[in-house]
Amino acid sequence: MIYWQLFLSFLQIGALSFGGGYAAMPLIEAQIVTSHGWLTTTEFADLVTIAEMTPGPIAVNAATFVGTKIGGIPGALAATAGCILPACVLVTLIAGLYLKYRDLSVLQSVLGTLRPAVVAMIASAGVSILLNAFWGGGTISLKETNVIMVGIFVLCFVLLRRTKWSPIAVMVLAGVLNLAISMFP
Amino acid sequence: MKRKHVLWKLFVSTLYLSAFTFGGGYVIVTLMKEKFVDELHWIEEDEMLDLIAIAQSAPGAIAVNGAIVVGYKLAGLPGALVAIAATILPPFVVISAISFFYALFRDNFVVSRLLAGMQAGVAAVIASVVWDMGGKVVKQKSVLSVGIMLAAFMAVCVYRVNVVIVILTCIGLGILRALLAGRKKA
Repeated sequence: MIYWQLFLSFLQIGALSFGGGYAAMPLIEAQIVTSHGWLTTTEFADLVTIAEMTPGPIAVNAATFVGTKIGGIPGALAATAGCILPACVLVTLIAGLYLKYRDLSVLQSVLGTLRPAVVAMIASAGVSILLNAFWGGGTISLKETNVIMVGIFVLCFVLLRRTKWSPIAVMVLAGVLNLAISMFP
Repeated sequence: MKRKHVLWKLFVSTLYLSAFTFGGGYVIVTLMKEKFVDELHWIEEDEMLDLIAIAQSAPGAIAVNGAIVVGYKLAGLPGALVAIAATILPPFVVISAISFFYALFRDNFVVSRLLAGMQAGVAAVIASVVWDMGGKVVKQKSVLSVGIMLAAFMAVCVYRVNVVIVILTCIGLGILRALLAGRKKA
């Protein structure tokens, strides 16, 4: 039953993505690309791009995108419901407890321990997008490297670090550059 | 203030914030503070900071969590539900429209070249985010934090350990640390 599978997959993503935004990415990749093969790595990278450029949290965007692709609008609804259900229950519970007791020390300790791991997992998801961009999922060797992509990556990274360009502007530039280069070989 | 009025105002404000916020949860949480603390004066500043801490520490999207805590604080469960609906409605509509046209879209030469190039851009954005976040972890000068970061990276990227296992392990460690710290205090 595809709706149930979508619901369960996104339930896990919703329940385990601590730290918001990019933290959901490695989980989405593990569920959607690795376990179920619902998206290819390229499609996953497109999804991250689209999620960046449209409003809304990446996990909700991913749920809608994958759900629609796999099971139409009902699929999107099942995936989105799964994605937000854990937060609805947990956050309401914690907010209720907080308004009553006002103590967050255990939560803060758990969060402090998770944060470094979340950074590592985001890095890892970034590596797989990077490998896909540089080598197209094929063999990794110096000869096969897509030099244009490496150049665009380096330029974008420098722009992000050295200027106040927004991530969206940098990404659009990356796309336009690649298009321009492939039109004038 | 009438309850119905609060719910309606909550719905409209959250819908507006969600539809026009690009760039992730931290942005929307800041805007929520501006709206509900500075503009409407519905929530005290200190309380809002704690609510934001809850939104960030619980799993799930920060924007959704932020909507839940604010909605719950203002109008209980109905408030939380209204705020959630308003938060997910805009991305739901936009993304389902995009994904219907995605296949068509992707086969187009211009679009596929654009998206291919953007992959390198996305990778750079992620690299930059990791640079910032990783830098903060290193600056804590805690051997444990840096150790966790390196171990988690090796586990996920090299040994392909399931991310769920990594997260659950860290939650366990965090609870253990809280218990140990509690015992020290007592």
